[in-house]
Amino acid sequence: MNSVDPTFATSIDFYVILASILFVIGAFGVLIRRNMIVLLMCIELMLNAVNLLLVAFSTYYGKGDAQIFVFFIIVVAAAEATIGLSILIMAYRNNKATDAGLFKNLNG
Amino acid sequence: MSIELLTLIIGGLTIGAALMVVISKHPIRSVLFLIVTFFLISSLYILMNAQFLAIVNIIVYAGAIMVLFLFVLMLLNLNKESEPKTPKIVLISSIVASGILLLVLIAAFKDSIQLSHVHLPPEKNIGLVKNLGNLLFDKYIVPFEVSSILFIASMVGAILLAKREKPIID
Amino acid sequence: MAVDKLILILLVLPLLGALVNGTLGKKLSNALVGGIATGVMIVSFCCAVLVFNQTNDTKIIHLFNLLKLNDLHINASLQVDALSIWMTLIVTGVGTLIHIFSIGYMSHDKGFYKFFTYLNLFIFSMLLLILGSNYFVLFFGWEGVGICSYLLIGFHYSDAEKGMANSIAARKAFIMNRIGDAGLLIGLFLILGQFNTLEFTGIAEKLSLDPTLANGAIIGITLCLFIAATGKSAQIPLFTWLPDAMAGPTPVSALIHAATMVTAGIYLVVRSNFLFELAPLTKDIILGIGFATSMIAAFIAMRQNDIKKVLAYSTVSQLGLMFVALGMGAYTVAIFHVTTHAFFKALLFLGSGSVIHAMSDEQDIRLMGGLAKKLPITHLTFLIGTLAIAGFPLLSGFYSKDEILGHALAHSPILYGTLMISVALTAAYMFRLYFLVFHGKFRGGEQLESHVHESKAIMTFPLVVLAILSIFGGLLNLPGIFLKNGTHWLQNFLVAHTAGLEKIHAEHASNATILALMAVASTMTIAILLWAYYTYVKKNKLALADKELKGWQLFSNAKLYIDEVYNFLIVKPIEYLSKIAYSFVEIKVLNQGVFGFANLFGKAGSIIRYWQTGLLSNYLFWMVIGLIGLISYYIIKLQFWNF
Repeated sequence: MNSVDPTFATSIDFYVILASILFVIGAFGVLIRRNMIVLLMCIELMLNAVNLLLVAFSTYYGKGDAQIFVFFIIVVAAAEATIGLSILIMAYRNNKATDAGLFKNLNG
Repeated sequence: MSIELLTLIIGGLTIGAALMVVISKHPIRSVLFLIVTFFLISSLYILMNAQFLAIVNIIVYAGAIMVLFLFVLMLLNLNKESEPKTPKIVLISSIVASGILLLVLIAAFKDSIQLSHVHLPPEKNIGLVKNLGNLLFDKYIVPFEVSSILFIASMVGAILLAKREKPIID
Repeated sequence: MAVDKLILILLVLPLLGALVNGTLGKKLSNALVGGIATGVMIVSFCCAVLVFNQTNDTKIIHLFNLLKLNDLHINASLQVDALSIWMTLIVTGVGTLIHIFSIGYMSHDKGFYKFFTYLNLFIFSMLLLILGSNYFVLFFGWEGVGICSYLLIGFHYSDAEKGMANSIAARKAFIMNRIGDAGLLIGLFLILGQFNTLEFTGIAEKLSLDPTLANGAIIGITLCLFIAATGKSAQIPLFTWLPDAMAGPTPVSALIHAATMVTAGIYLVVRSNFLFELAPLTKDIILGIGFATSMIAAFIAMRQNDIKKVLAYSTVSQLGLMFVALGMGAYTVAIFHVTTHAFFKALLFLGSGSVIHAMSDEQDIRLMGGLAKKLPITHLTFLIGTLAIAGFPLLSGFYSKDEILGHALAHSPILYGTLMISVALTAAYMFRLYFLVFHGKFRGGEQLESHVHESKAIMTFPLVVLAILSIFGGLLNLPGIFLKNGTHWLQNFLVAHTAGLEKIHAEHASNATILALMAVASTMTIAILLWAYYTYVKKNKLALADKELKGWQLFSNAKLYIDEVYNFLIVKPIEYLSKIAYSFVEIKVLNQGVFGFANLFGKAGSIIRYWQTGLLSNYLFWMVIGLIGLISYYIIKLQFWNF
C-alpha cells in the first residue's frame, strides 16, 4: 500500500488498553447480571477481548503462533457454549426460571 | 482518514457496544449488541491483516454461537425483563471490583508498554490463510486432532444433558 | 569332663526345665513336673560338685560377644572361681532340697507346674548372676531374680481373700528392688566411664596396675553398688519389702528370701572387693547401715506374731550382720555366714512351712502351741535350726557369728558390745518363737487340733538333711583352736582361688581371745535359752493380743511404724503428684490442648463454612477479587525485583 506500513501505524498500547477495557466490561457484566444467558454472553465477550490481545501481539511480533492459539480458543469457546446452554436448558426445566440466584446448591 | 483514526473510532465503538451488551435490559438486545461487537472486533482483525481469524470470528462466533444463543433465548421465552433487581450492595461492589481489576491490568502493562518501540522485522503476511495453515498443520497438528475429540465430547454431552428424561416404566 | 561344658550344662539345664514345664507342664502329671524340675536341680548340683573338685584358678568361659565399640567389649562370659562355685553349690544344693520339699508342699495347688517353672527360672537367673564374669551378666541375672521373685511372691494372686494383698506385696518387692537396680545401673555406668570395661578381672587388673585410677569416682561407684545391695538384700532403707514378701508360698520364702536372692547383695560386694577396698568411707557406711538394720530388725522381731514374719525379720537382721562383716573387710567371713545362714534359715522356713501345713494354713503363733509331740521330726529339726541361729555352741551358726564378733572386737570394742546386743535379741526372739509354737498347750481350738499331722516323708527329708548341715556346717571354717590342720578351710579355699581376695589380710586373733569370745557368746545364748524357757513355758506367758500391747512392745509389733513413715513421706507425695499430673497435665494440657487444637479446626471450618453461599454471583465476585490479587502480587513482586 503506502510507504508507511498501515499495520504498524498504531502502537500496541492501544490494543492493550482496548483489550483490558473489554475484559473488564465482560467481568463487570458477569458480576452484575442475573440472567444466565447474558452471563454466558459476557464470558464470550471476555474471551474475545483476549483474542484481540493475542492477535495484536502476533502481528507486532511477526509470529503466527498466537493466531493459532486464538483459533483454538474459538474452538473451545464453541464447545463450552454448547455445553453451557445444555445445562441452562436443564436448569430451566427444573426451576422454570433462569436466574443465577437459583443456583444455591453449591454451598458447604 | 488515516488508518490510525479508523482504528481509534472502531475501538471506541467496540467499547460502546460492549457496554450496551452488559447494560441492556432486554436479553435479545444484549445478543444483538454482542453480534455488533463481534463484527467490530473482526474489522480490527482485518486492519491488522489477520484475515483468516477475522472470517473465522464472524462465521463461528457471530454466525453459529450467537445464533445458538438466540435460539435458546427464543425457545425458553426469556424475552421478558423478568430479571430480579440486583441489590445496591452488589452493584457497588461489582463496580469497585471491576474498577480495581482495570487498574491492576493497566498497571501490569506499565513497564512492558515500552517494548512497543522495539522494532522487529515484521512479516506482514502471517495472518494469511496459507501461512496459518502451514503453521497449524505443521507445528500444531496434535492440538488440532485433539480438538476433534473435544467436539465429540461436547456433542455427546449436549445431547445427553438436553434429552428429556423418559418416564420410568414399572 | 571339661569345666566349661559342666558349667554350661549346669547353667542351661534349669532354663530348659523351666521351658519344658512352662510349655508342657499343664498336661503333665504333678509327679512328672516335679520330677523334671528336681531332676534338673540334682544334675546341676552334681555338675557343680564336679566343677568344685576341679577348681584351681579363675577360669573364664567366653560364650559370645554382645557389644564391641572401639575398645569396649561387653561379652556374655562366665567366670568359674572359688567364690562363684561355692555360691553355685549353695544355690543348687539348697535349691534341690527346697524343690523336693515343694513337691510335697504344693501338691494340692492348681498351679503346680507354674510354680516349678518359676522356681527353675529363678535358679537359672541366680546362677547367671553368680557365674557371670562381668557386671553385665550379673545385672542380667539380677533383674531375672527380681522378676522371678515378683512372680513367686504374687503366685496366689487370684486367691479369694488374700489375692490382692499378695499382688500388692509382690509389687512392693519389685518396686523396692527397682530402686536398688537404679543404683546398680548408675554404678555400672560409672564403672564403664572409669574403667572402660565391665569384666571383674579386667577392672581388678587395671586397679592393680594403678590403684589411684578411679580416685574421684570410686566413692560414687561403691555407693551405687551398695544401694543396689541394700535393695536386693533388704537393708535400711529398702528392707520393708521382705516381711511383706512372706505372702508368697513358704518354699519361695525359703529359697529366695532366705538362702539365695537376698545373698545376691552380699555376693555383689564380695565380688567387687577390689573396688570397696579403695573406698573406706563406703565401707564405714556399709558397717553403719548393716549394724543399724540388724538392731532394728531384731527389735521388731521380738513382738511379731506371724511365724513367717519373725523369720523374715530374722533374715533381715542376719543380713545386717553379714554387711557388718563386709564393712570390716572380712569378706570370707561374710561368705561363711551366708553359707551357714542358708542352711539354718532354709531349715527354719521349711520347718515353718511344715507347721503351717499342719495348722491348715494358719500362721499366727498365738494359735499354736504344744506341737512338739504331734510333729516330732519338724520339732526336732526346727529346734536344731533355732539353736543354730541363736549361736548355740558347736553348731554352725555359732562359728560364723563368732568370727564376725571376733572381727568386730578387733575393729572396735564398742561395736562388739552393741553387736552382742543384736545377737542376744536374735536368740531371744528365736527362742520365744520356738517355745510358743512347740511347747505349752495348744491354743488354736478343737477344729484345728484335729487336723494337725506330721508332714509326709518327702517334706521331712529335706528338713533332716538341712538339720545335719546346720549342725556340721561349722566344720567348714573352724577357728584354729581345736585342730592344727584343716582349719579355716573355707577361708583358705576362697582366698586361694578368687581373684582379689588374696590381698585382703585376714587377721587371726589369738587363741585366748577366741576362747574368751566363745565363752561369752555361749554363756549368753544358754542364759537366754533358760530365760525363754522360764518365761514362755513355766510362767506360760502368752503373746498378748494386739490391743493389749503397750510401750516398746507396741513399737515392736507395729514394725516401728516404718511402713507408715514410708507411706507418708514417699508414697503419698508420689500419689499426690500423680493426681496432679492426671488432673492438670493429662486433662488440661493434653486433652484440652490436643483435642482442643483439633476442635479448633472444626470450629474454624464451621465459621468459614458460611463463605460458601452457593450463590453463583458470589463465587464469580470472589474469582474477580482473586484475579486482582494475583495480578497485583506479581506486579509488586516484579516492581521490587526489576529495579
